[in-house]
Amino acid sequence: MDPHILRKLNADRRARRAVVYLTDLGDGRDRIVREADAVVGPLGEAIAAAFRSGKSGVVEVEGRSYFLNVHLPPPRIVVIGAVHISQALAAMAKVAGFDLSIVDPRTAFATEERFAGADLVADWPEDVLKQRPLDAYTALVAVTHDPKIDDFPIRAALEASCFYVGALGSRKTHARRVERLLAVGVDQAAIERIRAPIGLDIGAASPAEIAVAILAEVIQAFRRRELHRGASA
Amino acid sequence: MDDATDTLDPLAVAERWMDDGRDVAVATVVETWGSAPRPVGSHLVIDAEGNFHGSVSGGCVEGAVITEAFDVIGSGEPRMLEFGVADETAWRVGLSCGGRIRVYLERLG
Repeated sequence: MDPHILRKLNADRRARRAVVYLTDLGDGRDRIVREADAVVGPLGEAIAAAFRSGKSGVVEVEGRSYFLNVHLPPPRIVVIGAVHISQALAAMAKVAGFDLSIVDPRTAFATEERFAGADLVADWPEDVLKQRPLDAYTALVAVTHDPKIDDFPIRAALEASCFYVGALGSRKTHARRVERLLAVGVDQAAIERIRAPIGLDIGAASPAEIAVAILAEVIQAFRRRELHRGASA
Repeated sequence: MDDATDTLDPLAVAERWMDDGRDVAVATVVETWGSAPRPVGSHLVIDAEGNFHGSVSGGCVEGAVITEAFDVIGSGEPRMLEFGVADETAWRVGLSCGGRIRVYLERLG
């Protein structure tokens, strides 16, 4: 293992960048492949599959044996809105293996009592996201209905290529949201990435059921996400 | 990976040991069959004094990997180790869970 490559690997992992650490098991030579790096041929295909599945393993390509160790940043969910749905979502996300944070500037909602044990920040998303930026391995779930609170993080999530951007609200509410986003220069393709109405259509009625629908949609988006070729630096 | 997880992360430990001027070997689970305690990609890092961090099994084969690591640190030649419960003689360094694993062992630098 090359010492410089170990440093680079650790730096990438700290920066929440997805990488494959590739070792030629024949001669021990190693290298790092980032998601944005294009690798041609069958080895490139194996690397792309590894990024998608997150599964490490040995591959045989043209008579050579390679070990692909996939390092994906742990996926996380940022919820805008300390509402009833978020309480259920916080508990479920933990079970499903996601880190979850809740952001809501309304201190009446964002109380320790309502969200015991959760990572809760009672502040404006504009301020919180400066300290804790969104990235491609983060899902943004906006559930306040309030444009003053939701709109900024939705835009930020689209710009950061979050693997999931969902926003609560009826079709009518969403139509008005789309108008506002278009007015501030968000392009149509980005707007189409917003999942609204939020959650898989399972006929969810209660806040807990809506949380199930949202979590299922987040998982689907993560497992079927496209690679960000050329998008990361 | 924040500071708290950094102290437990074998590859972060390997980097720190390297910066301290210690000789380090890195063991990686590259294949598993049947029930195996640690998934593919898991690391055990070892220094020349026998200090180690991380795991490639539930403690069943670490001793054998550490012994091999001294040779690998000395020679610089990577090697592939295989562990299972194939027969009686393999018992001492076998996996009691009945699985089989391949571990790639290499020197850092």
